[in-house]
Amino acid sequence: MAQENEILDTCLIAGRIMVESGSEMYRVEDTMRRMAANAGAMNSQIFSTPTGLLMALPTQDAVQIQQVTMRTINLEKVDRVNDLSRQFAEHQVTLKQLHQRLTMLDHDVPFFPVWLQIMAAALVSCTLMIIYGGVWADFIQSAVVGAVGYAVFYFIREHLAVSFLSEFMAAFTIGFLAWVLVHWHFGQSLDMIIIGAVMPLVPGVAITNAVRDMLAGHLLSGIARGMEALFSVGAIGIGIALIFRFFS
Amino acid sequence: MWLQLLLQIGFSYLATIAFGICTNVPRRALNACGITGVAGWLVYWGLLQFKLGHMLPNLVGAFVIALVSLFFARRDKIPVIIFNIPSLVPLVPGGIAYRGVRAFVLGHYTQGLGFAVQVLMISGSIAVGFMLAQFVSAPHQLLKRRD
Repeated sequence: MAQENEILDTCLIAGRIMVESGSEMYRVEDTMRRMAANAGAMNSQIFSTPTGLLMALPTQDAVQIQQVTMRTINLEKVDRVNDLSRQFAEHQVTLKQLHQRLTMLDHDVPFFPVWLQIMAAALVSCTLMIIYGGVWADFIQSAVVGAVGYAVFYFIREHLAVSFLSEFMAAFTIGFLAWVLVHWHFGQSLDMIIIGAVMPLVPGVAITNAVRDMLAGHLLSGIARGMEALFSVGAIGIGIALIFRFFS
Repeated sequence: MWLQLLLQIGFSYLATIAFGICTNVPRRALNACGITGVAGWLVYWGLLQFKLGHMLPNLVGAFVIALVSLFFARRDKIPVIIFNIPSLVPLVPGGIAYRGVRAFVLGHYTQGLGFAVQVLMISGSIAVGFMLAQFVSAPHQLLKRRD
């Protein structure tokens, strides 16, 4: 009995970390099922949504629940859980060690330093602006606007627990800065600067992932993720829209 | 023309890697991510030059990204999603979505709806591109299992 509880617990932690880090539902369920099978529990039943996971073993009466309260993109965590699952399958770690390592992994996975992320956002903004057909005169401007927008997004997301506020404020800052630059003739094309600078925030990948979840048969997850993506698109849109309404 | 091609390659590589840093891609996968991004963008950009509209280039671009990601995922034993997410970023129809929002705010509803439908169709064709790649990878896996 205790053994089976540990299996459920370990699988659910792994599943929660993967959902929180932005993995596809198919991979979450697959990893959990494999872990259970490698621990000796065949035919596990899993019900997964982006807000919570349920798992049951056929030999046990009870079902265990794990809530998922936050959803970000952290691909390093997906990779590490995947690695641990592989190691467990090859009997390099025991169930107890797997449980410990997953708990550790949940707390300290190295992230790139903040300044590097902000620089990276600047790079995304200016390079995409150029390959989307922008002009070189706007190169530095879109990098600066993109960096400031991402910094606003990052700090609001870290310090305030209001969903979608970070996207809204970042988009508003981007729109305002771009407008100021163009208004004072430091930039040429308002549209191209905003499009470039917004790219690090756009949840286009979340939308595509939602469609993929749907096509893979995870209808609930697809709808939930699609709604989340739609709301962040909405937040970005409203932030930009305010600029057009009141300034230009 | 060659300069333009070099520019597209270099910038799509940089954009993919930079977005990978924002989403915390494992360091050992960053370079492969960049190569995947370049492959997808080059196919998209090349097809766009033939004036085929937006949907076919997006579909084929996503297909190529999925295939190259699969290759790297098998080679490095890393989940395929880690290569997919950053390398899709250049294909995301952010610009069209932006124009749609602007049209809606300024009261040009018909124009805005047109853009919104276009965004939906492009997202759809990217998803179909991925789905087609699964058809290619599924028989491959079956063959492997039989060995």
